[in-house]
Amino acid sequence: MTDVALNYYTLGEDIADKKAPQVAIDKVWETRKFQARLVNPANRRKLSVIIVGTGLAGGAAAATLGEAGYNVLNFCYQDSPRRAHSIAAQGGINAAKNYRNDNDSTYRLFYDTVKGGDYRARETNVYRLAEVSANIIDQCVAQGVPFAREYGGLLDTRSFGGVQVQRTFYARGQTGQQLLIGAYQQLERQVAAGTVKMYPRHEMVELIVVDGRARGIVTRDMINGKVETWTADAVVLATGGYGNVFFLSTNAMGCNVTASWRAHRKGAYFGNPCYTQIHPTCIPVHGDQQSKLTLMSESLRNDGRIWVPKKAEDCAKDPRQIPEEDRDYYLERIYPSFGNLVPRDIASRQAKNMCDEGRGVGPAISEQQADGTVAQVRRGVYLDFSDAINRMGQKAVEAKYGNLFDMYQRITGENPYEVPMRIYPAVHYTMGGLWVDYDLMSSITGMFVCGEANFSDHGANRLGASALMQGLADGYFVLPNTINDYLADAPFEKLDESHPAVVEAKQSAQARIDKLMSIQGSRSVDSFHKELGHIMWEYCGMERTEEGLQKAIGLIRELREEFWRDVRVTGKAEDFNQALEKAGRVADFMELGELMCIDALHRRESCGGHFRAESQTEEGEALRHDDEFLYVAAWEWAGEGAKPVLHREDLNYKAIELKQRSYK
Amino acid sequence: MVKKFTMAVTGLIMIGFLLMHMYGNLKMFIGAEAFDHYAHWLKGATEDGGILYPIMPAGTFIWVFRFVLVLAVILHMYCALDLTRRSRQAAGRGYQHKTRLAQTYAARTMRWGGVIVLLGLIVHLLQFTIIPSSFYEGGAESPYKMVLHAFGQVWFVLIYAVWMALVCLHIRHGFWSAFATLGLNLSPRSRGILNGLAVFVAVVLYVGFMIMPVSVLFGWIG
Amino acid sequence: MKLKLRIWRQASTNAQGSMVEYRLDGVSEDMSFLEMLDMLNEQLTEKNEEPVAFDHDCREGICGMCSLVINGVAHGPEVTTTCQLHMRSFSDGATIDIEPWQAGPFPVIKDLVVDRTALDRIIQAGGFISSNTGSAPDAHATPAPKREADTAFDNATCIGCGACVAACPNSSAMLFTSAKISHLALLPQGQPERYRRVKSMIAAHDEEGFGNCTNIGECAAVCPKGIPLESISRLNRDLMKAMFKGDGK
Repeated sequence: MTDVALNYYTLGEDIADKKAPQVAIDKVWETRKFQARLVNPANRRKLSVIIVGTGLAGGAAAATLGEAGYNVLNFCYQDSPRRAHSIAAQGGINAAKNYRNDNDSTYRLFYDTVKGGDYRARETNVYRLAEVSANIIDQCVAQGVPFAREYGGLLDTRSFGGVQVQRTFYARGQTGQQLLIGAYQQLERQVAAGTVKMYPRHEMVELIVVDGRARGIVTRDMINGKVETWTADAVVLATGGYGNVFFLSTNAMGCNVTASWRAHRKGAYFGNPCYTQIHPTCIPVHGDQQSKLTLMSESLRNDGRIWVPKKAEDCAKDPRQIPEEDRDYYLERIYPSFGNLVPRDIASRQAKNMCDEGRGVGPAISEQQADGTVAQVRRGVYLDFSDAINRMGQKAVEAKYGNLFDMYQRITGENPYEVPMRIYPAVHYTMGGLWVDYDLMSSITGMFVCGEANFSDHGANRLGASALMQGLADGYFVLPNTINDYLADAPFEKLDESHPAVVEAKQSAQARIDKLMSIQGSRSVDSFHKELGHIMWEYCGMERTEEGLQKAIGLIRELREEFWRDVRVTGKAEDFNQALEKAGRVADFMELGELMCIDALHRRESCGGHFRAESQTEEGEALRHDDEFLYVAAWEWAGEGAKPVLHREDLNYKAIELKQRSYK
Repeated sequence: MVKKFTMAVTGLIMIGFLLMHMYGNLKMFIGAEAFDHYAHWLKGATEDGGILYPIMPAGTFIWVFRFVLVLAVILHMYCALDLTRRSRQAAGRGYQHKTRLAQTYAARTMRWGGVIVLLGLIVHLLQFTIIPSSFYEGGAESPYKMVLHAFGQVWFVLIYAVWMALVCLHIRHGFWSAFATLGLNLSPRSRGILNGLAVFVAVVLYVGFMIMPVSVLFGWIG
Repeated sequence: MKLKLRIWRQASTNAQGSMVEYRLDGVSEDMSFLEMLDMLNEQLTEKNEEPVAFDHDCREGICGMCSLVINGVAHGPEVTTTCQLHMRSFSDGATIDIEPWQAGPFPVIKDLVVDRTALDRIIQAGGFISSNTGSAPDAHATPAPKREADTAFDNATCIGCGACVAACPNSSAMLFTSAKISHLALLPQGQPERYRRVKSMIAAHDEEGFGNCTNIGECAAVCPKGIPLESISRLNRDLMKAMFKGDGK
């Protein structure tokens, strides 16, 4: 069989991480920390670091590097660093504290994370993540993060999505908010101390690379449209994920790929772009004016039971009228040992399967089928708390999930204490991102990538409560200990505004803005974004096929061409202009979307969040092909219109035995 | 912030004074002798040397008392002016459409209400304390008769009633606000208690201050 | 649903603004308020007019970016964030007035967008616990009583949207400031800097030009996270103690 994907890319040299020392897994981080060169505290004052993003990773890194004495320049597109989208994470944060005495350990967290990621993550990175997880909890408590406590005054924990130990620390349904506010407070403390300079409402629009080194960024001041350049000794991107390529996602409206994509075009490899996490417990779409989807914490799956009617003709009925024997608790049926707590990718795909079978619930929405016909499909499954209410009493359910129920009621106008909630999967997190080595340095020297923006420690699927852990691990403990090794060679040559590389970067950013403003076509930016999102969701969403992906690539190329010919950006460039902001982001999503499809097309296996219809077991479960695809796909930009170049980083499992994942 | 605490403390001092003043007024019901004796006693003009004698020389207390009250009024006004000025500076352009959700009428009228109360106070002091003979010859010798004369007139009682209403409205919010500023509003329960107390004190003062003039007007006294 | 919208349009900070009227048809009651504005903006773009600028980001009620005064109430009639307000809260044919936050320390940037960085500067003055990364003791080293920890949490849910300031007749940011004071003062970790913090944060609050609290209660009535007036009283109590302690500036 010839691989059709080869029409879309070229194969480059293999790559490998060269920073992790070759020692036993539990000694790697310790050894690396010892080997990494240091920067004398007096010299740190002479060095500067640019950090883009103020979420858990960026905010924590900026605060910590500020404390260390570096001059930090921190940028975000929001009006305050406290608004980064880490704030929306609900469920919790994992840590191998073993406070529950339930056989948890660093190794078990490591093992669960690698397994949960379907064996597509780099072992050394994941082990380090598990190792520093305990420190994160200590750090956050010291900052005043109000984690849930028991009456004895000690921290409460719960079990969370796909694991059998209670290692998840939480702050009601607002863990992300509390952790981010903790990091934000530390950041503002450094702003007050003068070590961090904060630039809100500044969007990075270009990377400055001098002689192969990342040396700065170009930003657009979102208030007055001014394009400015900033230089430093190192650049850190902590700019989050790119789920908004799907238009509808649980990401914030402003989340975008622009910083990462600009860096990618300047030489940073993009790792595993097709690995997208579709979260199973979101509120279903209500209509075509919808702008975003809202997630409800998957902790709901601890007590709620998921079902659809056994018979398609019951789907339009009031769920309370459907007798017990006519309900199909499909997750409990297919996965008896994990039941409703199977990992996210499985829960999501099964919900889709049920709806595809015609057993979905909620309003019927017209939907274009793969063969071009339009069908009426109900996209939703029930998440039912009636058993939990009977067992624990409404009061107890209210105490545990009250805020989530309120949110559901506010959005849908339905009372979940009486009517089962309707849920459907939605794009939530992107495991893919810029490729980094063990030190979190990208393939551009001097550019580091933290948090969701890097291709990360989650492999092909992320377990619940692990994103907060990774963001803070990178920001507080990993980057501040690895960036020294690079900065030990600094300060680098001083750059001024007239340096050719700085001038070039600024001009190209300006030219792009001018181009967007000059088209003055007929279609709004949002209409392009919606269309792109529709293509991505249809062909590069929960289930991907060779045929569909090829079609998607064609459609995206056409759409991109139309965008650059017919987009309408109103207003002026030198002004507060939200249409222009969106246009720049959507333009980059168009290029990213194509790369995601190419990556998905080339990976002819199912793994984690990436389900290829051609690669499944007889029972319809995901089937990996470790012999062919046990690698990270790191994509290199080859120029406008050229095929991207694939660099493979082989994954070597020494501490963990490879297994086909099973949750039955 | 010191100013806000000053507002609170001086306000409470004045409320304390009003309660005492009300107690004194009610002596009207006992009779001319008791009322006049009380008035003179406060000034140290009775045979026993008056209030607080011999801790203070006769006639001293009233001056200390007046000094404290005047100081409280001045500080209260000064802080109010300054805090109002600050709020005005802090205000934006103002809304084209403004809906009020929580504020009571009392809270909203603190500033202008306060000014009106002050103007009324000046008139009140002039006629009853500073120039007691302005209304009634011999007012200085027999406050009882002076009061009888004053409240015997319908128009005067009406104005007095309106003025007292404004005073009590001011107290309704001021009492609660003072305790909140002094850090006593620490739970929904204490919020309820403080607001309840504020209404109670305002009502007690209103009734306590109005019952005597009304009685005079209808001839139940004298 | 059919709606008549009157929206504050202002080209820039120093420009003269005014209410401009728009009509919108075909609004679904399941739409969020911001989706309704998206719809208006799509139509304005179609007509080649400049869309209405408004701040928004997470659209799930937690980032604190959205900030509209709707019919004279900050965040509108449902005591939630603007993004969580749905059109079913309005009746067909309604007239809706939409204005930006108004307060001296919140200058308008454009249309409905205001500058709220003053709130960040209040936090900079002391809204934190000084604990460098790496220096923390084990999380269980200091137990924290559940009751206090829960109240600390209630206050920590503040999203910094500034609705309290927008609603306050005095343009005071005391509810915002007191939420942070309460959050940190109720935790054992917050004790060492407790009194220094309250003094510095109030000094910063006043310096930014916010007005004074007169315990009116409009702030708590609009707070999407239900921060109560009690927090302000707690701040006052701590501030009085701080004055006697002579700690901080």
